Amino acid sequence: MDMRDFFAMGGYAFYVWTSYGLAFVVLAFNIVQPLLHKRRVLKRIARQIRRTRRTA
Amino acid sequence: MFMRFFHRMASPPYFYVISGRWLPWLAVICLALILAGLYGGLVEAPADYQQGDSFRIIYIHVPSAWMSLFIYVVMAVAGGIGLIWHIKLAEMVAVSSAPIGASFTFLALVTGSLWGKPMWGTWWVWDGRLTSELILLFLYLGVIALYGAIDDKRRAGRAAAILALVGVVNIPIIHYSVEWWNTLHQGPTVTKFDKPSIHISMLIPLLLMAGGFKLFYLIAVLMRLRSEILERERNSKWVTALVGSEDRRQKTEDRVQESDVDPRRVGP
Repeated sequence: MDMRDFFAMGGYAFYVWTSYGLAFVVLAFNIVQPLLHKRRVLKRIARQIRRTRRTA
Repeated sequence: MFMRFFHRMASPPYFYVISGRWLPWLAVICLALILAGLYGGLVEAPADYQQGDSFRIIYIHVPSAWMSLFIYVVMAVAGGIGLIWHIKLAEMVAVSSAPIGASFTFLALVTGSLWGKPMWGTWWVWDGRLTSELILLFLYLGVIALYGAIDDKRRAGRAAAILALVGVVNIPIIHYSVEWWNTLHQGPTVTKFDKPSIHISMLIPLLLMAGGFKLFYLIAVLMRLRSEILERERNSKWVTALVGSEDRRQKTEDRVQESDVDPRRVGP
């Protein structure tokens, strides 16, 4: 199969590849955001634990 | 035995540990399904006899649209269960589903637009299907905003659940819109009682993508749920034990890394 034909998508390259690219971005966001959020939560809880250990 | 499984799963610490074990396996299956679907949809499937290669947008558009409805129903049902039986985990499922559902609704709308432009000659029409799907996006955004606007998370969860339940009325409207109102949007090709009017070589990648997206939702919602559980249970013993031990392990790892670059050992 010709790679150039594949990327040209029969003249619909813009519409097809924008759709797939957007899908990739949106799905990636849905993985990265929870990861960052979890890191924030863990840090906050760790800080809270250290604080209570010091006062105890 | 089934009931016992559900009872145990509703306990946050048990759920946290089990879901952590599931996640890597789910990720592997999800990735395999999506990669197979992409190969089938972009490479194997022939171009459509009417729409040419533009029809390949179907492999993003239709699974996203299915997920936008599916996640909404999950969100509303989980919200209802949380509301009636005061199961914290159900409430958290509802709240964690909203941003993922909004993502898929957004994708369905935008890819629909990108498909409509070359095929219909317009990015957008105010017809039944497109308008009701846009309302779905607003419902998701409403649930997210309402939950974020109330500080007391239990009350916020209840308010968001009620909004989600009220919005369920939109779901059958979206589904039947293409039959009730004759518009530019094509009728159903797969979900009807007749044989699907799509060739098997085009249908298989679609089902693979749909399966991959469903698993993706499961993974994304589990990830959000786990953070939400930690946050809400941050004062409980099991969370402090879990985070405390990880915190100490992290510190020893840091020390090991520091000693790796100990200047005394980096001789000329």
